Amino acid sequence: MDTNEHVIEVTDLRRVYGGGFEAVRGISFHVDRGEIFALLGTNGAGKTSTVELLEGLARPDGGRIRVLGHDPHADRAAVRPRTGVMLQEGGFPSELTVAETARMWAGCVSGARPVGEVLSLVGLAARAGVRVKQLSGGERRRLDLALALLGDPEVLFLDEPTTGLDAEGRRDTWDLVRALRDSGTTVLLTTHYLEEAENLADRLAILHEGRIASAGTPAEVTAAQPSRITFRLPEGYFVGDLPPLAELGVSEHEVDGPLVRLRTHELQRAATGLLVWAERAGVDLHGLDVRSASLEEAFLGIAREASRRTADAEVEA
Amino acid sequence: MSGLTNEGGGMNGDGGMGDGASGSARGGARVEASGAVVKGAARPVGSARPVTTPASRMAALARAELTLLGRSKSTLLAAVLVPLVLPLSLASVVEDMEVQDVGLTTGLVLLPAAIGFSLLFGVYSALAAIYTARREELVLKRLRTGELRDAEILTGAALPVLATGLAQSLVLVTGSTILLDIPAPEAPHLAVLGLLTGLAMCAALAAVTAAVTRTVESAQVTTMPMVLVSMIGSGVTVPLELLPDRLASFCELLPLSPVIVLIRGGWTGDLSAYECLRAIAIALAWTVLAVFAVRRWFRWEPRR
Repeated sequence: MDTNEHVIEVTDLRRVYGGGFEAVRGISFHVDRGEIFALLGTNGAGKTSTVELLEGLARPDGGRIRVLGHDPHADRAAVRPRTGVMLQEGGFPSELTVAETARMWAGCVSGARPVGEVLSLVGLAARAGVRVKQLSGGERRRLDLALALLGDPEVLFLDEPTTGLDAEGRRDTWDLVRALRDSGTTVLLTTHYLEEAENLADRLAILHEGRIASAGTPAEVTAAQPSRITFRLPEGYFVGDLPPLAELGVSEHEVDGPLVRLRTHELQRAATGLLVWAERAGVDLHGLDVRSASLEEAFLGIAREASRRTADAEVEA
Repeated sequence: MSGLTNEGGGMNGDGGMGDGASGSARGGARVEASGAVVKGAARPVGSARPVTTPASRMAALARAELTLLGRSKSTLLAAVLVPLVLPLSLASVVEDMEVQDVGLTTGLVLLPAAIGFSLLFGVYSALAAIYTARREELVLKRLRTGELRDAEILTGAALPVLATGLAQSLVLVTGSTILLDIPAPEAPHLAVLGLLTGLAMCAALAAVTAAVTRTVESAQVTTMPMVLVSMIGSGVTVPLELLPDRLASFCELLPLSPVIVLIRGGWTGDLSAYECLRAIAIALAWTVLAVFAVRRWFRWEPRR
């Protein structure tokens, strides 16, 4: 029953490249059946290195992976017919047409769906007779997605599925991935688009320098971050004129000339206190901007904190 | 492989045990072209789900490679035309070689030479370029994410070129029987054995060469050593019988030498059992060595 609950299980995973570079430094997570899980991170954070191990393309240098209850590298015959993979970059002979490429792949996939059906699913049916070299970058991504879907996989690995797509193509892909999830497919995707992770992922992990810096639902990850209030004080007013900031639930503040930036974990209380004060004092707060924590801030905050920690470590050493 | 079918079906339990509507995997939902999720639509399950076999997977790959071969003018030219034309230009040279002194005729030198060219250009060089091209285009990496095993990928991609090589050899045999007045082979099984081991060995050596080749263009350079050494030292252009004894006994150990020995022996029928076994052992040793090298050093992705 374990395989039904955790379709993907990763424990203390490590990957070291030939030159000694440690791309993945001991990460653990699990993905449940019918869940969209996003690995989020900057370039070089270790996303692709991790996904390649999950796909069974290489053997981990440490730790354990179970996909559908099997080791994806050693037990490939058991795993491969049930997974679909979209690599970060194409990998199609440029002289084959879209249909020929799909047909070849269909011949290598157990229980393949009809080629035409899958091509229409990603909106490539009209381009079936076109050589791969004449496709746009976005069309190639969609062809890659079509191939990943050919075998009706139970588990789908998508490495940066929407890189190079325009806004509409991105939204179409999201809709498709959501529909797949709703039909029971488990999806693990990597992305460096925060918006994509926020929109699509049921749960996510932020990777930074080969480690998981934060993990949970998008709401959980952002909840740990403070919300932000920004405004301009009118001339003649100073921060000292505001109500005591601690009483408003403000945890941090910055003053930059007339510009004031407050951070708080109690957005409603802080905002109400501030606005009530402004109303009573008859003051206009120009450029007032109140925003809850977003994944973007969480992400930037994590990167900031991590590099600060690295800098401290270097100073100590 | 047959166990996979049931395994695929075995995961259905979570879809709803005892739920009569659950006729397909994962609760029977399926995403249709419109993007809508259609509940209860048929998803092939269990024995209804066709399972690929190594043969069916390699056939699919070989079919795509055949299409690609047909579209690559330069490969076609090098692989198909050169081996058929080159031996003709050699004919006059061989006639001056006094091959009769060692018991050979012009035809018996030219035919194995022509087959040797076919193996070197039509199979070995062409395939080294194909493997390199597919790796650089990330096609090999893509293929490895699927059900194909590594050996199936390399074999499937080689099949069209191997078939071309085989067809060329048959054309050459027919052609030289008619044009060069060659008698029927005395021991055809040896010729067949030589040709088949030659094909297998050239494919394996092509993969080894691709492992040290960075781009398709540089494949023209990296395949040169094998081509030159074989042309000079393996009896392709000059029969080993015409070389000094010491040199000849060293040259017999080169990869393509036993192939030429077996093919020529197939026609003359004058190979002793010892010579036969020796040739087969040398050819096998090279093939095994090449396969080992591929398993150990073949690169599936471009260097970054």
